[in-house]
Amino acid sequence: MSSSKTKKKQSRKKKSAKKYPLKVEKIGKKFGGLSAVDNVSFSIEKGSITGLIGPNGAGKSTTFDLITGITSSDTGSVKFNGEDITGKRPYQIANIGLVRTFQITRELKEMTVMENVMLAPKNQIGQQLSSVLLSRGRRKIENQEAELLEKAWETLDTFHLDKLANEYAGNLSGGQRKLLEMARVMMMDPSMMLLDEPMAGVNPTLKKQIITLIKKLSKDGYTFLLVEHDMDVVMNHCNPIIVMHNGGVILEGTASEISTNERVIDAYLGGSE
Amino acid sequence: MCVHSIGMIKYYNILRDKVQKDRGTTLVVLGISILLLDLVFQVIIGKTESQIVATYLWDGLVIGLAIGLAGVGLSLTYSILKFANFAHGDMITAGGFSGWVAVFAVMGVGRFDMKNLLLVGAGKPINVTELGISVSTTPVAVLFGLIVAIIGTVLLTLAIDRFVFRPMRHHNDGIALLIARIGVSLALRYGLAFVFKTQNRGLTAASLTASYSVPVGTGSVQIDLGEITLVLVAIALMVGVHVFLQYSTLGKAMRAMADNRDLALITGIPTEKVVRATWIIGGALTGAAGFLITLERGTISFQFGWILLLLIFAAVIIGGIGSVYGAIAGGVVIGFTSTISLIWIPADLANVAVFSVMVLVLLYKPEGLFKGVTTA
Amino acid sequence: MKFNREMFLKNDFRIVVSTFVGISFLFIIVAMILGLDFNGTVNTIQRIMFLSAVYAMVVLALNLQWGYAGIFNIGVAGFMLSGVYTMAIITGDPNGLIPGLGLPLPIGIIGGVLMASLLGLLISIPTLKLKADYLAIVTIGFAEIIRYTANALTFKTFSIAGVEMGTGAGRGIHLPMNPIRGLYYTDPSNLGLGKTVFGEYVFGFFEIVQVQSSVVVSWTYAIVLIFVVGLFYLVIYRIGNSPFGRVLKAIREDEVVANALGKNTDIYKMKVFAIGCGLMGLAGILWQGSYGYTNPTTFQPILTFYIFIALIIGGSGSNTGSIMGGVVFASLLFEGPNFVRRVIMHVFKFDKAPNSIIEAVIPISSLDLGPFVAYSLANISSLRVVFLGLVLIYIIQNRPEGLLGDRKELAASIDISRRPVIETKERKDA
Repeated sequence: MSSSKTKKKQSRKKKSAKKYPLKVEKIGKKFGGLSAVDNVSFSIEKGSITGLIGPNGAGKSTTFDLITGITSSDTGSVKFNGEDITGKRPYQIANIGLVRTFQITRELKEMTVMENVMLAPKNQIGQQLSSVLLSRGRRKIENQEAELLEKAWETLDTFHLDKLANEYAGNLSGGQRKLLEMARVMMMDPSMMLLDEPMAGVNPTLKKQIITLIKKLSKDGYTFLLVEHDMDVVMNHCNPIIVMHNGGVILEGTASEISTNERVIDAYLGGSE
Repeated sequence: MCVHSIGMIKYYNILRDKVQKDRGTTLVVLGISILLLDLVFQVIIGKTESQIVATYLWDGLVIGLAIGLAGVGLSLTYSILKFANFAHGDMITAGGFSGWVAVFAVMGVGRFDMKNLLLVGAGKPINVTELGISVSTTPVAVLFGLIVAIIGTVLLTLAIDRFVFRPMRHHNDGIALLIARIGVSLALRYGLAFVFKTQNRGLTAASLTASYSVPVGTGSVQIDLGEITLVLVAIALMVGVHVFLQYSTLGKAMRAMADNRDLALITGIPTEKVVRATWIIGGALTGAAGFLITLERGTISFQFGWILLLLIFAAVIIGGIGSVYGAIAGGVVIGFTSTISLIWIPADLANVAVFSVMVLVLLYKPEGLFKGVTTA
Repeated sequence: MKFNREMFLKNDFRIVVSTFVGISFLFIIVAMILGLDFNGTVNTIQRIMFLSAVYAMVVLALNLQWGYAGIFNIGVAGFMLSGVYTMAIITGDPNGLIPGLGLPLPIGIIGGVLMASLLGLLISIPTLKLKADYLAIVTIGFAEIIRYTANALTFKTFSIAGVEMGTGAGRGIHLPMNPIRGLYYTDPSNLGLGKTVFGEYVFGFFEIVQVQSSVVVSWTYAIVLIFVVGLFYLVIYRIGNSPFGRVLKAIREDEVVANALGKNTDIYKMKVFAIGCGLMGLAGILWQGSYGYTNPTTFQPILTFYIFIALIIGGSGSNTGSIMGGVVFASLLFEGPNFVRRVIMHVFKFDKAPNSIIEAVIPISSLDLGPFVAYSLANISSLRVVFLGLVLIYIIQNRPEGLLGDRKELAASIDISRRPVIETKERKDA
């Protein structure tokens, strides 16, 4: 009897992980005496475009840092695709398909846009020192580079960065840098992307195109968690929306639920407690 | 009874947590305890005589305070500039030379060729016993030298800042500044070599310097006035700097800036002034250190400061960047390490021991012993 | 902003070669002024070629660590020392004054490179999280530990597992015979025993132009070194211009991003340390190996600073820049002053130089510059370093990218700056 019950529990859990690739449970971080993030829990549904909003200082970027391992969480756990990734290093998390972009863009300034983009893909044979040095490996590397190059050009096309391919990333405008951030992580074939203010500084036409791209990808099964301040984007395209304030989650719901909720309105209009 | 055991269990748990969290420190504490126990043991069974240990302790203290004094200036500027000043050692040398040029000129006027005096005997070696400079017999001249050393180094510091670093302020890249400092270090050191030549030369009349025998155990420890001077002046300067940083407005502003530059900027602290004040105080301490070290040693050469530089970095890092007491404490640690280690290892490896300690501290406890940037 | 690879490479090769040829011309003129005979002139060129090659090698290795990966390693001298000394210990005569393991030279060289590499790996592991200035202090501290160990009397001779060996301490250590001699002499250790057929022929040929056999041997060695520089370049070029190199550049730019894009930056840094230090060890071996003897004072921190100056002059980040920097530094900045001195002293016959600078400066008031110039020349080694320090400051203030540093080679194994033509056509049609 108990075995069938446990089987049921297990299958529910498995389904849960499939449906909710990212499960964050009670994570938190204190800097000095201040709680930047406190007891935050949520689950992100596969294929969704989930919004993460909140006034400045609510702890959104820190939450991203905690999830992706850039900062270690003091409490709780993070599970991705059923695997416990709490405490894992950032590169490990990126390699299993969970990637993020940065709010303040971190383009590699002295490298060209193309170099930036070709840095990202996983499993590059050419990143093995032994392959680079021995002639046997070189042909394989050159072939793979050609493949990646093609993919890179396509990605740059999508983000309208193709004309800037040989431009140093440091010379790009603010909006172009945001696009580069996205193009880069896209090259990693991630299954879930955490985007930190991806639209800031991007012109409206390009914004629309990116939203279309994100929606298409989400239909294909890619999951997105967006931090955005542009309320149009959030309200019209994100579902659900998680609202954070003072380091904690105050509400998770649809656009209409959020916009009518008193606590949310207070958080944005009122000062911090 | 019950209460006692509960208390003990509690302490045991706290200790166990601490050990697990900071294995590095535990190992170090353990290692040092073993060495100390061995030392005491050796003295007790007579393998090492107590007066040798006492001599090592005194020598270590003198060396340590010298390095510590030299380190205070470095620590202050490091905490504000956020980058290592590789030219610091050569500033120390410059300070030493400027002070001794003054003392030589004043003491030897009329008796020796002034041209030779001004170069501290570079052209033709000067018989220092004849010149007769020593802390015991000519304290005023020595004091004069100290003051000149301080003023000279301050001027040099400001000049270098004006001509080398001011044009580079806009460089965000700390490495560029570091490289510039290396350039300054090379130019300064070999500029001194060009003027003062490269030989090591004597400064004080050792025979005239008072020396005391302090009986310890079966023998005695030799302490001379030069060493005492250094120790006392170092302590006095330390206290002075501490008082300044704690109680004066400028001192508080310096600590604020070292702690959090942006916050300081917002609260209206005149940063340019504070930076200049830091340079000046740092320069003064550096000059004093250069003069006192050469006074105690009785000799000077164009690279003595450079040779000490690594040890000074070690002291500053061990003590914690920005902390005045830390620099001194770190210096004393280095000083003791270099002498007491002689009990276990041969003299030619003393430096290896000291550098190894430095490397280990940098690797495992880079924030130093006195945590926090501004404890003064 | 287009990068045309082939043109780029050929261009840079031409630049380096023409620079060296130009410098050689300068030295030839100097030699003529000095009244050197053909043999002397040829020897001079050989000297600067040799030194340029050695510097080029070390600078290339440092460029990999600092220019590409941004690792500020100022312990270079220590790694060079470890390579040379390990080779010396391995090849030393077991019955010599300072005993060694008596193994053949190739094993010694491999051993030296491995030891340098291992030490590099060792120091890299605990320093992965250190920021630049702390890393600088640790690396120079480590180098000094190595140097003091080599200098220590304790290790003058010692034994491990019953096998006797030693460092020779402050007196230095003997190095094996230059194998190039084996090309020319039947017994390299005893030149009087006769020459090989090849030796007879080549020496005979050069005797016609009155070039001494020792100069011929040195020239041969210098040419061999130039080939080694070529090999170094090839290896480092391959490493740098590849996906691996991309990651290195990313580490230099922003290590957090590299990690966020799935690269385990720790492993890359360790590898770069290991391979860079190994190459430094090899360069040290090739450099000191020709002298037959070495001692710890050769490897003081100032050597590391010289190499940094050479790298910065040439342009860090650029491999051709590294070679350029090595050539310019070794010939013009390092050897140059010596030759300037000789020329001036040859042309203007000066009296004995004054002993002190004050004595040299005073006559200037009566417009007599002679004593000051004489003094400067007599102390030119100090003046040279002052000059180098000022050069460094000037460059870092005004042209931090050095001579060729703005030529950033794209880190990829193929040309990624151009779009395959077919694609463009397809897009046009679409």
